[in-house]
Amino acid sequence: MFNYTFHWNQALRALPQMLDGAVVTLQVAVLSMVIGVACAIALTVFRLSGSRILGGIAATWVEVARNTPALFQIYMAHFGLGNFGIHLSPYTALLVGIAFNNAGYLAENFRGALKAIPDTQTRAGRSLGMTSLQAFRLIVLPQMLRVAFLPATNQMVWAILMTSLGVTVGMNTDLAGITQELNARSFRTFEFFALAAVIYYLIAKAVTLAARGFAWRMFRY
Amino acid sequence: MFDTALTWNDLAFLAQGAGMTLAVTAVAVTAGTVLGILFGVIRFQIGPYWSAPLTLLLDVFRSVPLLIQLVLGNAFQSIAKLGWGAFTTSGVVLSLYTAAFCAEIVRGGISSVPVTTRRAARSLGMTWWQDMRYIVAPLATRVSLPSWIGLTLGVMKDSALVLWLGLVELLRASQILVTRLQEPLFILLICGAIYFLLSFPVARLGGYLEKRWSPND
Amino acid sequence: MIEIENVRKSFSSLEVLKGIDLTVEKGEVVTIIGGSGSGKSTLLTCINGLEPIDSGRIVIDGTDVHAKSTDLNRLRRKVGIVFQQWNAFPHLTVLENVMLAPRKVLGLSKDKAEEIAVKQLTHVGLGEKLKVYPNRMSGGQQQRMAIARALAMSPEYMLFDEVTSALDPMLVGEVLDTLKMLAEEGMTMICVTHEMTFARDVSDRVAFFHQGIMAEIGTPDQIFASPQNPETQKFLASVR
Repeated sequence: MFNYTFHWNQALRALPQMLDGAVVTLQVAVLSMVIGVACAIALTVFRLSGSRILGGIAATWVEVARNTPALFQIYMAHFGLGNFGIHLSPYTALLVGIAFNNAGYLAENFRGALKAIPDTQTRAGRSLGMTSLQAFRLIVLPQMLRVAFLPATNQMVWAILMTSLGVTVGMNTDLAGITQELNARSFRTFEFFALAAVIYYLIAKAVTLAARGFAWRMFRY
Repeated sequence: MFDTALTWNDLAFLAQGAGMTLAVTAVAVTAGTVLGILFGVIRFQIGPYWSAPLTLLLDVFRSVPLLIQLVLGNAFQSIAKLGWGAFTTSGVVLSLYTAAFCAEIVRGGISSVPVTTRRAARSLGMTWWQDMRYIVAPLATRVSLPSWIGLTLGVMKDSALVLWLGLVELLRASQILVTRLQEPLFILLICGAIYFLLSFPVARLGGYLEKRWSPND
Repeated sequence: MIEIENVRKSFSSLEVLKGIDLTVEKGEVVTIIGGSGSGKSTLLTCINGLEPIDSGRIVIDGTDVHAKSTDLNRLRRKVGIVFQQWNAFPHLTVLENVMLAPRKVLGLSKDKAEEIAVKQLTHVGLGEKLKVYPNRMSGGQQQRMAIARALAMSPEYMLFDEVTSALDPMLVGEVLDTLKMLAEEGMTMICVTHEMTFARDVSDRVAFFHQGIMAEIGTPDQIFASPQNPETQKFLASVR
């Protein structure tokens, strides 16, 4: 019907190579989340600090991250920083771009979570003699984590999907990059990318399921 | 102010790119929304058990990177000898991608309408279609609109990826200028500003609607 | 002893307390009744320093609550408060809810805190619910847990702010019984309440608040049988 012979064997033979790429993909995603969470906490503190300058920095970061394409953010890290004499490798540029994006979305998530915990909880803690720091750490924070956890796992899945953009700035060690190299050598585009799609799908599902399992064990109320 | 080689022609070129971004987005969001409503209603109507295959398919579109989907779409049209150009291929893939997310939003919107309200409509003698048209659609739209606006903006930003198939949209246009003029930061900043100006006001509108239409108003 | 002297308090332009004087002796149970907006709940939050006051003084056992030098966190160990909304900590089990403050604020060992918590929870009739999360319990049970949580700090004074107002009528009784039990044990209590029968049965003195002023105070017999102030008469007629 299609007058095209699928060569799945060729793609399957490359599976080990692609799985190596998947490890890099996961590594970039995890690192970008770790950096993203750290930055998002800083941004949240900036926003609550009451300082105009810090608040302005946080607001700008969050709005730029949320209102421009992730690919644009990666381009900025890769090409844009060149103006300052900073030349990032594809790997680093990808990591910086995704981490920037993660931080923006996570900061918004944290703010929502903070708002979701009523003041009366803090008040109840204070009325038992807790300091404001104790009330935050023992009462507000644990509840916040629960509210923020699910959106954060969604962001993790987004981070995995975003790593595929690295190939546009010359990344060739992650799943998308390796697939593209294999494709350039063999022109079996459909087979290789279909296999890559399956691997991405399985990674995304595995992360989602793991997060659900974790949440189920952690947040038992 | 700025010492730049950027000319008015180049700016027009960027504007053209932005036009392409908007065109791709418009196609994808229009077709994606129609399909999304269809899929969403089907999923709600036939229940989770029978709609499982559809659910799985839509889930694939949401869990595989868009870039991979675009490459696969392009490879597919070439294998099937459909003879699609980059714009058509991009439009089709982005539409399906949009539909996958839109179906979730629609399903959520429909399930947010209380069963009792629907029963009241049916008890007045309304048909399924009348109930859908006069009761469910207005209520579900209210619930879904903020998410749908978010989706539209998401598709607008994600449409940057069609550059991989050779379409010269905003980001690709900027990249071409960067290569020619060697002023990456300045040109990318203009590019980012355009994206921001397209997205930010609409995002604010979505946030406002969400607040105004929140259930406890 | 809690001494309240000429306390005034405004929220922006609205004056909710217009010079309140009240002294509560050790072991006394004072209930405060009055319509909504009479300032009675605000007074309680001022007593343990959750709200600042504009002028006047509140002195607890010689310590001025609102003085700059006062360590409010230390003072609050002595003065427990239970709110209308019980504010259970949803992420902790019932036992953990009650153990938290004794451990973290008083610095007790885990075993000691648990011992106290179990004792207090058993006391309010929740001995069977230790490992349950609050959202699995009725409002009445959660409110009793909140009472146990406050009691676990071994306070010398307890403030109760309309603790039955948010409860279903069916569940009011169990919470009031808990309060009665505490009163009989000699706890010093100030209760803001809408439950007139409770006020009559349990109080040593009843205060009637009207528009930020303590319009009348006296024994339950005086207030309920022969109120002097016309506003008190009007209020009591309206709630009967």
